[in-house]
Amino acid sequence: MSSTTRTMAAPRTRVVLAALLRKELRVELRSFEAVPAMSLFSVTTFVLFHFALQRNALSGDLASGVLWVTLLFAAMLGINRLFVADAEQGGFDGFLLSPADRSVLLYSKALTLLAYLLVLEVVAVPAFALLLLGSALWPALPGLLVVLALGDLGIVVIGTLVGALAVRTSVRDLLGPMISLPLLVPVLLCAARATSPVLGAVGAGALPLRWLVTLALYDLVFGLITFAVFDFLLED
Amino acid sequence: MAVLAALELRGLTRRYGERLALADVTLSVAAGQTLAVLGPNGAGKTTLLRLLATLLRPHGGEVSVLGHALPDEGWAVRGRIGLLGHEPLLYRELSARENLAVYAALHGLDGEARAEELLAAVAMERRADEPLRTLSRGMVQRVAVCRALLHDPELLLLDEPRANLDPAASELVEPLIGRASGRTRVIVSHDPAGVLAEADLVLGLVRGRVQVLAGAAELDPAALVELYR
Amino acid sequence: MYGKRLRPLALTTFAALTLTLVLAFFWAPNDANQGFLQKIFYLHVPLAIVTLCGFVYAGLAAIAHLRTRDSRWDMRSYVAIHLSLVFGVAVLVSGSIWAKGSWGVWWDWSEPTLVSFLLVMLLYATYQPLRFAIEDPERQARYASVFAITAGAFVPINFVIVRLSTAYLHPRVLGDISANLPGRFQVVFYLSLVSMALLWITLWRYEMTSKHASAQLRALKRLLAGDEDEALPRRSAVPTLSVGAGGAGSSGVGAAR
Repeated sequence: MSSTTRTMAAPRTRVVLAALLRKELRVELRSFEAVPAMSLFSVTTFVLFHFALQRNALSGDLASGVLWVTLLFAAMLGINRLFVADAEQGGFDGFLLSPADRSVLLYSKALTLLAYLLVLEVVAVPAFALLLLGSALWPALPGLLVVLALGDLGIVVIGTLVGALAVRTSVRDLLGPMISLPLLVPVLLCAARATSPVLGAVGAGALPLRWLVTLALYDLVFGLITFAVFDFLLED
Repeated sequence: MAVLAALELRGLTRRYGERLALADVTLSVAAGQTLAVLGPNGAGKTTLLRLLATLLRPHGGEVSVLGHALPDEGWAVRGRIGLLGHEPLLYRELSARENLAVYAALHGLDGEARAEELLAAVAMERRADEPLRTLSRGMVQRVAVCRALLHDPELLLLDEPRANLDPAASELVEPLIGRASGRTRVIVSHDPAGVLAEADLVLGLVRGRVQVLAGAAELDPAALVELYR
Repeated sequence: MYGKRLRPLALTTFAALTLTLVLAFFWAPNDANQGFLQKIFYLHVPLAIVTLCGFVYAGLAAIAHLRTRDSRWDMRSYVAIHLSLVFGVAVLVSGSIWAKGSWGVWWDWSEPTLVSFLLVMLLYATYQPLRFAIEDPERQARYASVFAITAGAFVPINFVIVRLSTAYLHPRVLGDISANLPGRFQVVFYLSLVSMALLWITLWRYEMTSKHASAQLRALKRLLAGDEDEALPRRSAVPTLSVGAGGAGSSGVGAAR
């Protein structure tokens, strides 16, 4: 044994999490690899929908479908980038060499993806209201925020898992969306159904509770699955 | 105090698919000693290093690092090992100070003073606030030395640690990762002549099998030539 | 290990399938509304159930793989997904034919079972590409198991959610079978379910036997060649079994004798 007696207390989760989040923020602010692309992509997609559907204003089912499909595809860009810096620059190994709890990496990545999505929506939702939405945004906003929160949660738990699954493969940009999109269909389905009455042509309708509960349960189940299997993606 | 083995391998085996990457490696390294690992490409040198670093699990045999059996007690030795390999394990967008701050937090250290001390030792304190992508490979390697030593590890695992360093930089890191550091070391090298001078024990691997295992003093130079044939 | 009793199993499966077909065509009455076309139901529905059970089994085997790190569990999971994918294509084709016959369209979005099934197939279609894209065999096995567990959980949940989303337009053959179907239908249906399950199990065991045999063959070849000058194995999506050639390996060769 080494002659120096060292206290080998495990590093505190909160300290590690704060350090990892600070790292994520700095890397993104300096490289601009994810968030600007996601936001710009969403606005471009709204323009595409305008021409593809040949409509100036959308409401109801169509509005909610266009909004959610756009958000989902924009989220794919973030999911694909989420672990790239760690896989390419050795952050995974550096993390595994430390005594820090493995699940802190999951928490930090999930929170990072959530932050990506929030910034995306700060850009995409007003842009959508401006460019495509037939009715006013303000009355619909409270209901929309609830659905967005639950939808984001679903994208976060599945995106973090699939991002980690795909990043160390030879075709990660393809596998990420191919695996995560089918898994996200129930999220899309529930979120789109819950959003469509809110974006109704004759003013915001009530939130359909059934879809919100289903969505929340789906988030919960896949949150637990992601938590349970994430560690196995780290070790070698 | 009796000299305890810092590393104890008995019949260590690791497969890569159906192929054996390491077969039946048995050796023991006392605390404070240096093991040099030599061999041609694909001999299993890096695999051995990653196994000792707890990044890979052994498939057979017993591995004990700093008195703890792997892989079950990996948690106990993480944080007491410093790995310095081909990859710096640093974020290119972050500066040296920021990278070291992340690692200090991962190791549960308040490492600012230690980081400054190390950065000064490798003469990087002036450029420690620039993103690593703007630095040369040799400079990044010097920061990587700081990263590997930040938590004052008892065991150093070095994979060609001086590969990107010029002679001056090599001299700078010598007190940190050289023999004088007093740490137990495992050095992987392609340069037998250079590494023999600082080794106590030499392990020669060929296709994952032990071909040479001898004290550095009594090593037959012909055996090394044979190793790379 | 898997080769044992394979022949009697195969014969039983063959007999059960023959009996199912004979009874379905000559003994079960023709459906009042759909007539002869309804016979495809005896193929389609049991096949779909067996396929989904196969996916769920693959997820359970994957859990066992992650817990034990035994590559044989990965092989079980892999073969199960592989087989269920093949069965699944048959389900989609037979379902499409049935839809064309009874509703006049090849595809019907208001049929939740069909839609959920398509989603499940789309997801599992990425299993082989995922495996193939990971070179390190051990990591490949582990990542594939993570996928199989996630997808295995997705199977039932997805069915519930898609069904919630669709109005109940079509006869629910699955849910309330005893209420809807007269006696003879039921007998043939359950018999068909058993035969399809037997078919799946037989094919599964057959492929497991073959994979084991080739792993042993490679191990023996390696032993004979003295492990010298061995080329790196080709990149592959097939799990690597750690089989010893002399029974020394943990998952010994003797098991298959």
